[in-house]
Amino acid sequence: MTTLDEKSIYGPVTNWQTDFDHADPSYNENAHEIWSELRGTCPVAHTERYGNTWLPVTHEYVHEIAYDTEHFSSRGVVVATVKPSDLPDAIPAPIGGAPPITSDPPFHQDARRILLPAFSPKMIDEWEPEIRILCRELIADMKAADVVDAATQFAQHIPVNVIARMLGFPPEDGAVFRGFVHDVLEAINLAPGKRAEAFMALDAYVAKQVQDHIDNPRDDLTNFLLNAKIYDQPLSLQHVGGSIILLLIAGIDTTWSAIGSSLWHLATNPVDRRRLVDNPALMPTAIEEFLRAYAPVTMARVVKDDYNFHGNEMKQNDWVLLPFPAANRDPEEFENADQVLIDREVNRHAAFGLGIHRCLGSNLARLELRVAVEEFIAAFPDFEIAPDEVVKWSVGQIRGPRELPVRINARTL
Amino acid sequence: MKVQVDQSKCQGHNRCYAIAPELFDVDDMGNAFAIGDGVVEPHLAEKARLAVANCPEYAISIVE
Ligand code: SF4
Repeated sequence: MTTLDEKSIYGPVTNWQTDFDHADPSYNENAHEIWSELRGTCPVAHTERYGNTWLPVTHEYVHEIAYDTEHFSSRGVVVATVKPSDLPDAIPAPIGGAPPITSDPPFHQDARRILLPAFSPKMIDEWEPEIRILCRELIADMKAADVVDAATQFAQHIPVNVIARMLGFPPEDGAVFRGFVHDVLEAINLAPGKRAEAFMALDAYVAKQVQDHIDNPRDDLTNFLLNAKIYDQPLSLQHVGGSIILLLIAGIDTTWSAIGSSLWHLATNPVDRRRLVDNPALMPTAIEEFLRAYAPVTMARVVKDDYNFHGNEMKQNDWVLLPFPAANRDPEEFENADQVLIDREVNRHAAFGLGIHRCLGSNLARLELRVAVEEFIAAFPDFEIAPDEVVKWSVGQIRGPRELPVRINARTL
Repeated sequence: MKVQVDQSKCQGHNRCYAIAPELFDVDDMGNAFAIGDGVVEPHLAEKARLAVANCPEYAISIVE
C-alpha cells in the first residue's frame, strides 16, 4: 500500500460515498470494489474535495453525461486542485487549453477533424511493424532476467516511443515526457502553486520543440499541425501547443495502463494465459475484454450552470468524473459484468469513451495493446506475479499498474 | 437483410470494421459506412449481428 504524497493537500478517505478522493492510492487499488458498492447504494458519490466533485458510477449516468454537452463542458478534464475557472488567463470554452479534448461544440468538431485522419485505422495500421520491432527490442533487453518489471521495463516504453516518433520529438526525452505525464495526471493533489509550476515546464518544453519544427520542418505530426488550417487560418501556436500536449499526455499513461493491466490479468489468471498462448484466435475478443474490464480512463467534465442531475444539486464549475471503467462493469449493461471472459463476443464497452469525445487515439491504443500482449506472451508463455514483490497501481483518473514485477517461468528463444 | 450505419451516431470506435470488414469500411475520418448497399449474405448474418451488438454508440441497425 502506498501512502499519500507528503505535499498532498487532502488526507486519506474515510467515506467513499460522501468524501471520495481519486488521488487516494486506495481508490485505484480497490476501484472495482468501490464502484460496485457505490452502484448498489448511491449511485452518484460526492466530495467537497477539489472544489466539489461528483462521481456517477452507472453506465446509464456516465452515458447520459458524456452525451450532454449542453450542461457539461470539457474545458477541464483532469480533476485536480486547480480548476479552469480559477485561472484568469485560461483559454475559455469552447476551445480550452488542449483542443479538441478540452473543447466544446461547435469548435470541438472542427478541431477534431484536423487530427482524425492521422489516427484513422488505415493510417494507424501502418505503424504495426514498427511497434512490433519496438516490443521485441524491449523484450530482448529483458530476456535473461528471472524477474522483470512488465510495467517499467516494457509497457511504459511502448506509447512513449510511438508518440515521440509521431510528433518528431527526441526519443531520448522519454523520461521527460513521463515526468510531465506524472505531473499532469498523478500529481493532482498538490497545492495549486506547485501544479502551476509543472504546467509551465510542460508548456516551455513543447514551445521549444515547436520552435525547432518551425526552424527545421520535417514530415511528422508537429509540422502537420503547424501547416493545418481552421476556418481558413493557420492554427494559432497556442492551439498547436495545446493539441501536442493532448497527444503527449493522453497517449502515454492510458496505453501504458491498458498494457500493464492486461499483463497483470494474464500473470494472475494462468488459465486465460494458457488459452491465449494456445489459441491466438482468441486475441481479438481478449483484447476487447481487457479494454472493458480494465479500462484505464476516467474522463471529467465541468458543470456549466447549476443543474439538478437526477436529484443531485450540481453547482456551476463543479467537477464531474466520468468513470468509463465503472460503466464497463455495470451489470445492467453487461452480463456477468464482474467476470473477465476472454471469449466474450458481445461487448459494447465504453473504454474509449462515448459520444463526440471518443478517444482520438483509440485505433493506435488498441494496436499497441494487441501487439504488446502478442509479443510478451510469445516470448514469455508462462509468468506470474513475482513472489514477495508488490504491484503498485497508479494514482488518479488513469488506472493501471505502475510497477508490475513478474517472474518468468518459461521463455522461448 | 441489410446493415445501416447512422452517421449522426457513429463516433468511429471501429468495432464494426474490426468484426466484419466484409460489411463495413471506414472513411478518412475513421467513421464507418456499410459497404455497397449494405446487403448481408447469409453466411455473414452472424457477423452483422455481432457488429450491431458491439457498437458502443448504438449506431448500427439491421433492416430486413
Ligand atoms: S462500431 Fe459503431 S461507432 Fe464504431 S465505427 Fe462502427 S458504427 Fe461507428
